[in-house]
Amino acid sequence: MFPIVKKRRLNDSMTLMVVKAPFVAKKAKAGQFIILRVNETGERIPLTVADYDRENGTVTIIYQKVGKTTRLLDTLEEGDALLDFIGPLGKASELEGRRHVAVIGGGAGCAIAYPQAKALHEMGTPVDMIAGFRNKDIVFMEDEMRAACDRLIVMTDDGSNGNKGLVTDALRRQIEAGADYDLVVAIGPMIMMKFVCDLTKEYGIQTMISMNPIMIDGTGMCGGCRLTVGGKTKFACVDGPDFDGHQVDFDEAMARLRTYREQEAASDREFCRLMEGAEHA
Amino acid sequence: MPNLNPKKTPMPEQDPAVRRRNFSEVALGYTEEMAVQEAQRCLQCKNAPCMNGCPVNVHIPAFLRHVAAGEMEEAYQTIVETNSLPAVCGRVCPQETQCESKCVRGIKGEPVGIGRLERYVADWAMAHRGETAARPQRNGRKVAVIGAGPAGLTCAGDLAALGYEVTVFEALHAAGGVLMYGIPEFRLPKEIVQKEVRRLEALGVEVKTDMVMGKVLSVDDVFEMGYEAVFLGTGAGLPSFMGIPGEGLVGVYSANEFLTRINLMKAYLDEYDTPIVRPKRVAVCGGGNVAMDAARSALRLGAEEVSVVYRRAEEQMPARKEEIHHAKEEGVVFRLLSNPVAVHGGEDGRVTSLECIRMELGEPDASGRRRPVAIPGSEFSLPVDCVIMAIGNSPNPLIRTTTTGIEADRHGCLIVNEETLQTTREGVYAGGDAVTGAATVILAMGEGKRAAASIDRYLREKRA
Repeated sequence: MFPIVKKRRLNDSMTLMVVKAPFVAKKAKAGQFIILRVNETGERIPLTVADYDRENGTVTIIYQKVGKTTRLLDTLEEGDALLDFIGPLGKASELEGRRHVAVIGGGAGCAIAYPQAKALHEMGTPVDMIAGFRNKDIVFMEDEMRAACDRLIVMTDDGSNGNKGLVTDALRRQIEAGADYDLVVAIGPMIMMKFVCDLTKEYGIQTMISMNPIMIDGTGMCGGCRLTVGGKTKFACVDGPDFDGHQVDFDEAMARLRTYREQEAASDREFCRLMEGAEHA
Repeated sequence: MPNLNPKKTPMPEQDPAVRRRNFSEVALGYTEEMAVQEAQRCLQCKNAPCMNGCPVNVHIPAFLRHVAAGEMEEAYQTIVETNSLPAVCGRVCPQETQCESKCVRGIKGEPVGIGRLERYVADWAMAHRGETAARPQRNGRKVAVIGAGPAGLTCAGDLAALGYEVTVFEALHAAGGVLMYGIPEFRLPKEIVQKEVRRLEALGVEVKTDMVMGKVLSVDDVFEMGYEAVFLGTGAGLPSFMGIPGEGLVGVYSANEFLTRINLMKAYLDEYDTPIVRPKRVAVCGGGNVAMDAARSALRLGAEEVSVVYRRAEEQMPARKEEIHHAKEEGVVFRLLSNPVAVHGGEDGRVTSLECIRMELGEPDASGRRRPVAIPGSEFSLPVDCVIMAIGNSPNPLIRTTTTGIEADRHGCLIVNEETLQTTREGVYAGGDAVTGAATVILAMGEGKRAAASIDRYLREKRA
């Protein structure tokens, strides 16, 4: 069992958890992920390593309540424990030797983009971070992000923070204003990553994206996380999760992500109904 | 006087019409009376040819003699002298090509049902003996086994019996490897696998799940932790795809994924959260046991039509005869001499059909089997909403790509000394599918056993 040593709400749908997992903490690197299972009847879900503390033997994860498993996870509190916590999986991000990097996070993706910015910043690489949210009320970890880069630009879809627009608008402005990025790291909803890639292709800037597809084992055994990169089949769990965004077949990846949409929605509805029942009891 | 009936005592089975829609075990097992009667068919040959057919050399005539006399405890002790997983082997070994193929009774009739009797004895022991085992005297020396599949568990069991302190590291959340994620419940109940694992634990084997070796710990780390030898039983878990268009469509599964969702993750049970596509029309590509397992599982999920698409003829199918027979009984359609060429899908990215081409058998190829050749212009389309690729697996590279000094051939199979099963690195041994490529449970167990003996020899010499 893997005890939860800290739980912190980031906004109404995002939560940060620090989990005691000494073996994982000892080896984890930025860009890698873990797979967890809440209980015996639960799914195995992959989550990116948001941070780690080798001395204390803890790993930080950040999740968004999007379905039954993440809602179930969210019912656990400090002192509770996860049944399984497996990792570190996937390849660590290759961030060395860059001139100037733009790290882009979209919504929940900021939680995964943040450690990338932090790693670059700690290496001394100039890094700008562009974070996009629906509105200002759900902006999270703003101070952490600001501390992990040279310049933070927060965009909101509705302009409620006074900075209306998409992350791609901000990126284009930066590039047009002369930012000489030699790498863009984009992490967020698939559609956002796709649009970032369309933009950076125009300017010929290499773009790394982090895939978070459906998976089971995370060791290359099931092939469920496969995607097409440059016409070749790759497994996100062992060949990724980072890929050259200009080579990824996003349309296929998006369709695959929707494989179980109906079942997921039904399971989520059922779980919410049960939880409401429990609250009213 | 032996029982002279030329036929095996029939195995009670679930009715095909019923079992094709449930996940309960197909073969129900002998009663004691049936077991005694079948064991009495054994002629007790002095030279025991059956034993030569067994990769772990079970003392077959001896255990059959005990069964014939109703001495089940003694029969069980005889089996477990050489076989760590009898309840598993009795169910999934290809006895037709092993022990039973050498049985003298098979010359003029059917061989003795050795597999069925092994199963009977193992199940008897589980029901009557519990999960206790006498813990051997420990010798204080640590050995690490990587992978809790058939090879690893056998190696661990043998080493523990010799007194070693054995830790088995398993990547998944449950021990058993392919016995848990691959072979379906209706052929091998998972509770039986877990009972065998608990029996090994009672023997002193420590099983650490959730440990993806190569990632969480390297082989070097393992040596630093005080383990004096390592056995790699990491299997062949990397699924192959055909490389045809449309394999990324939603509804195309590797057999590994399809079976893992059902077996390890229990997608067929309502109380589990694991989602799975519940297909109506399914095509399974391949002709091995895995293909049969996938096809029969698809039926049990409620599919209306399940086809096995195989490019050669039935005689060349690598699956056990019994599996093919069971699949046919349950209504699986065999589309032989047919090869998939493309998967087609709709605008939503979901599978709508599998395009195939008819094949004919030409000259024998390197494997000695006649090579299938496409008949030009014979393409045809199967309307399906699910395609399962069961065309093979290769060894997982996680360990060798994170460890220095462990070499593999161009197929990714680990290179070992054929006699000792030591890899190209001292103190590191390997066996099972990681070495041979995808093969059978019992061959992997045989290698686990040999490796355990080699490791014992190596460690005794090292100390001397």
